[in-house]
Amino acid sequence: MNKDDFEFITDRDISVDENFSSQGYWKGVAVHFFRNKFAVTGLVLVSVIILFAVFAPIVSTYSYDQIVSVTDSSGKEFVAKSLEPQFGDGDAQNFFADKTFLFGTDDMGRDLWTRTWHGARVSLIIAFVAIFIDMLIGTSYGLISGYFGGFVDHVLQRFIEIAGSIPTLVIISILAIFMTKGIGLVIASLLITEWIGMSKIARAECLKLKEREYVLASRTLGAGSFHIIFKQILPNTIGPIITQVMFSIPVAIFTEAFLSFVGVGIVLPQCSIGSLIEAGFGNITILPYQILPPITVLAILMLGFNLIGDGFREALAPKLEDM
Amino acid sequence: MKKYIVKRILMSLLTLFIITFVLFVLIRIMPGDPFPVERMSAEMILQKREELGLNKPILEQFANYMSMLASGSFGNGTSLYNGAPIKPILTACLINSFKIGVLSILFGTAVGLAIGIVAALNRGKFLDGLCTLVSILGVCIPSYVFMIFLQYFFAYKIPFFPYFFDPSNFFASSVMPALSLSLFAISTIARFTRNEMLEVLNSDYVKLAEAKGLYGFELIRRHVLRNALIPIVTVIAPLVVSLLTGAMVIEKIYGINGVGKLMVDAIAGQGVDYNYVLALSIVFSALYIGAMLVLDILYGIIDPRIRLTTKEG
Repeated sequence: MNKDDFEFITDRDISVDENFSSQGYWKGVAVHFFRNKFAVTGLVLVSVIILFAVFAPIVSTYSYDQIVSVTDSSGKEFVAKSLEPQFGDGDAQNFFADKTFLFGTDDMGRDLWTRTWHGARVSLIIAFVAIFIDMLIGTSYGLISGYFGGFVDHVLQRFIEIAGSIPTLVIISILAIFMTKGIGLVIASLLITEWIGMSKIARAECLKLKEREYVLASRTLGAGSFHIIFKQILPNTIGPIITQVMFSIPVAIFTEAFLSFVGVGIVLPQCSIGSLIEAGFGNITILPYQILPPITVLAILMLGFNLIGDGFREALAPKLEDM
Repeated sequence: MKKYIVKRILMSLLTLFIITFVLFVLIRIMPGDPFPVERMSAEMILQKREELGLNKPILEQFANYMSMLASGSFGNGTSLYNGAPIKPILTACLINSFKIGVLSILFGTAVGLAIGIVAALNRGKFLDGLCTLVSILGVCIPSYVFMIFLQYFFAYKIPFFPYFFDPSNFFASSVMPALSLSLFAISTIARFTRNEMLEVLNSDYVKLAEAKGLYGFELIRRHVLRNALIPIVTVIAPLVVSLLTGAMVIEKIYGINGVGKLMVDAIAGQGVDYNYVLALSIVFSALYIGAMLVLDILYGIIDPRIRLTTKEG
């Protein structure tokens, strides 16, 4: 058999179905996602918060740890402590009447508008970093456990079973003894607790995929385990893993807020959503306006990420009736 | 079935033992002393360590600790100011937390079920939307934030409930914490019930029952609820755990003498109290593992299909 035995088809009269044209996997997911009103709402909410968290501290007049003060003619210094929200039209009695504090100031005289967005930024960074590392650890662990099966799987799964039976609260408490409080402690507790769920999903996906023909073909052609796991199986598990990530991010934000509220999280003058809520709670009976901005931002973020996660899950596995 | 239960119980005990060992070693190899270095001389610390047996090999300490646990005691507090036996304090705190926890689980399950059922029966209508809104609120507002709001409006602005927890007036003062703790349970259970109900309502056997002339309450009770409720048992285990975490902050806010507050005090107090942290960690882990065990067994009893697959596997 040689080249001459074959000839190219010249008459390209093969019709393409245009009514039900095929589309790429991710394009299909995107179409389903954007058709879902709730998911789009979630995306908009989260995007708005992220935009503010990125740009508001940059364009703000004050920095997040700056104590706003003025010095009058006699050289006496006045600090803008605990001012209610004002828009450059404050009480003439006060020295800051011409200044704008959209969310007011805290009891140290710092601008709450800047602090809220800076706090949102810190909380988001913590959540993204921690969940990203969790994703790497959990996915690798799950894929390796699922792919090799047998003894390796048995040992790795027993370890997860035991690690998963320790309540998060206990892990956090032990960590709080070992580490100094701060961002490191928050990220560490998220790292230890959140990868387990991720690895379970990766393992389940891997068990399904490793029996597929294309994996067999790849192995027949001489591909090593590493290549099959990370080049052949991993790309096909990305959908469910991203869904899990979308649900883990609000958990991470929640955990950060919880830790900072209990007092083992972010330390002053640094701030996060949790530490702002804690500070606001301390003054709630006298200065109730202080607690509102961080709580609102927290609720919007939780809502947004949950809606995105739900939408993504539905877009990945659309039910027949939705098509 | 019996074999399965025995196996599950043995596994749980083994897990608990391993966790206890790991926690014990972690807490003992922790840098530093449980004593404030700035207030005690080196000899005093040495003497105190001798007294508490902290200078023995770690395995021997662990053996001693386990024999102490076996005799039903948690030992004494190790911090300088609190050398009293742990058990009575722990029991008192546990009872306080337990009462509020049970209240909130019961309330949360009842309300969650009701909301879920109403939503499923009115699918796509106004009531369904309202129920979805409630369950979304529960997911995106932390229980302690809800607690702060309740405390501000219903104890401070309108002094209807006591502002802080008052053991002598248990019922009135447990309404707000139980309500806020149950928020998460309500939303999770409502969401889950709605989805399960919808699935069962669309199933062939419900259609058959309808075709045979069964309708209304009788249909829901006899055919839909029974099958929809089975999977709901599974969501209660994670709820117990989230309750522990939630309770920690709510106890702090409302001044309840519970286990969560005890844990915060043991960590953040003057010098970490080794034995309190250890005792509480063991109790929390035991509660969690126990809850999972009970639910696993319950699940096997309620749904025969699970039993069959586990026997084969």
